[in-house]
Amino acid sequence: MAVSDETPRTPALDVRDLSFSYGGAPALQEVDLRIAVGEFVVLLGLNGAGKTTLFSLVTRLYDTRHGHIAVEGHDLHRQATHAHACMGVVFQQPTLDLDLTVKQNLLYHGALHGMTRRMAYERAMEQLGRMGMQDSLQRRVRQLSGGQRRRVEIARGLLHHPRLLLLDEPTVGLDMASRRALVSHVHELCASQGVAVLWATHLIDEVYADDRVVVLDQGRVKADGHVADIVAAQGSETIGAAFDRLVGKETTP
Amino acid sequence: MRGGAYWHCLRGVVTRELLRFVHQRSRFIAALVRPLVWLFVFAAGFRMALGVAMIEPYETYIRYEVYIVPGLVGMIQLFNGMQSSLSMVYDREMGSMRVLLVSPFPRWYLLICKLLASTLVSMVQVYVFLLIAYVYGVQAPLTGYVYILPALLVTGFMVGALGLLLSTFVRQLENFAGIMNFVIFPMFFLSSALYPLWRIREGSYLVYQIASFNPFTYAVETIRFALYEQFNMTASTIAIVTTLVLLTMAIWGYDPSRGMLARKGGE
Repeated sequence: MAVSDETPRTPALDVRDLSFSYGGAPALQEVDLRIAVGEFVVLLGLNGAGKTTLFSLVTRLYDTRHGHIAVEGHDLHRQATHAHACMGVVFQQPTLDLDLTVKQNLLYHGALHGMTRRMAYERAMEQLGRMGMQDSLQRRVRQLSGGQRRRVEIARGLLHHPRLLLLDEPTVGLDMASRRALVSHVHELCASQGVAVLWATHLIDEVYADDRVVVLDQGRVKADGHVADIVAAQGSETIGAAFDRLVGKETTP
Repeated sequence: MRGGAYWHCLRGVVTRELLRFVHQRSRFIAALVRPLVWLFVFAAGFRMALGVAMIEPYETYIRYEVYIVPGLVGMIQLFNGMQSSLSMVYDREMGSMRVLLVSPFPRWYLLICKLLASTLVSMVQVYVFLLIAYVYGVQAPLTGYVYILPALLVTGFMVGALGLLLSTFVRQLENFAGIMNFVIFPMFFLSSALYPLWRIREGSYLVYQIASFNPFTYAVETIRFALYEQFNMTASTIAIVTTLVLLTMAIWGYDPSRGMLARKGGE
């Protein structure tokens, strides 16, 4: 029997049989999701599909009662600090302190990950440089545009060099050009830094042709595969049409 | 995480709280105006009506202004502690609380960092107030201003932990304002901050009993004795034990697997 030399790598994110409910109303049901290191995955679902609940569980804002979550092999329940150290998060709501400068916000985040001021400053310059925003270091967040703020949040999420970057609808409130630029930028980050990315959205135009897509609807995973596979499986012509069919939005002729 | 990392985390949380405080000048002014109005206006009015007998830790008869200064110090810390917890609810609603909660440090440590940061901010306010009171003529022994440091730390933690605990019960900012009114005012007025306990007992035995059970009374007395270079063992012990109990409950409340947040989050 042939034995492969390659040992299977621990997934960046491993979610198994995850269920969650709010006061008896199910929000997630038996969700399974694995993301490999350096993989870009789009979590596609309508509003109320359970995307933010999934993020709240993966970041341990809520505790997992049914199911299992591991980040880089660290069980989120038993090894929360190790798991948190491996993940960067960009929440749906903006979470930067508007009255502080970009530098002060990033140094604060660095401190929350145990970095010295010097290390946090160097990392901040590195990440802002990648975003083309190093000139904004001393600007107050309040003075930045929506797109710039989102870029700072992504820079902040990457400051501690996480292996997994979670983005919950990061383009909310941005114009089309800013949205495109942001999606493209995170794809580049994923390719260049080998960071696994979970990108939650309800916008079809944020899906690239070669992305892996997980369709979430009413708390259940309805499809999981590359765009071409999902489109073929649904007998549709586009990922938009396939998505509509999967979530029951399809219009009858 | 190494020991040094814990220090950097604490430094970061404290720095942020101080920066926010510096940026919110109106908050600083409001925090000072309240006790100064009591000192300059109310105390001046009550001076003649409310004579204070010779009681510990004072060595002679004192003016009413002298008596209420430790209570007003407690008032600054009480309002600051609640304001800090209000900002926790606001941060939770606005999302910035999440940044703190997804940090790779134990949640109990993060909450203690937050409490220490808020206590340090209140101590800055207290010392500015004491300086104004000193210039006004309410002067304690100079070493007393050093001795109150641990007392301020305990009181800051106590009211901060109480606010933190309350914030776990509250989901919306609007509800917290109501709870503050039901907590801050009874806690302040039903204590020895404005009148000595023996005076309260003369007026109403029931109110005296309530004030005797109010932990804020003991926080104020700890500050009062420290300011006059004395140590009140009973008051300090009660204040410290109350602080530890409230802190434990607040940490429990913020534990995603056990506390109130878990119950709100779902099942």
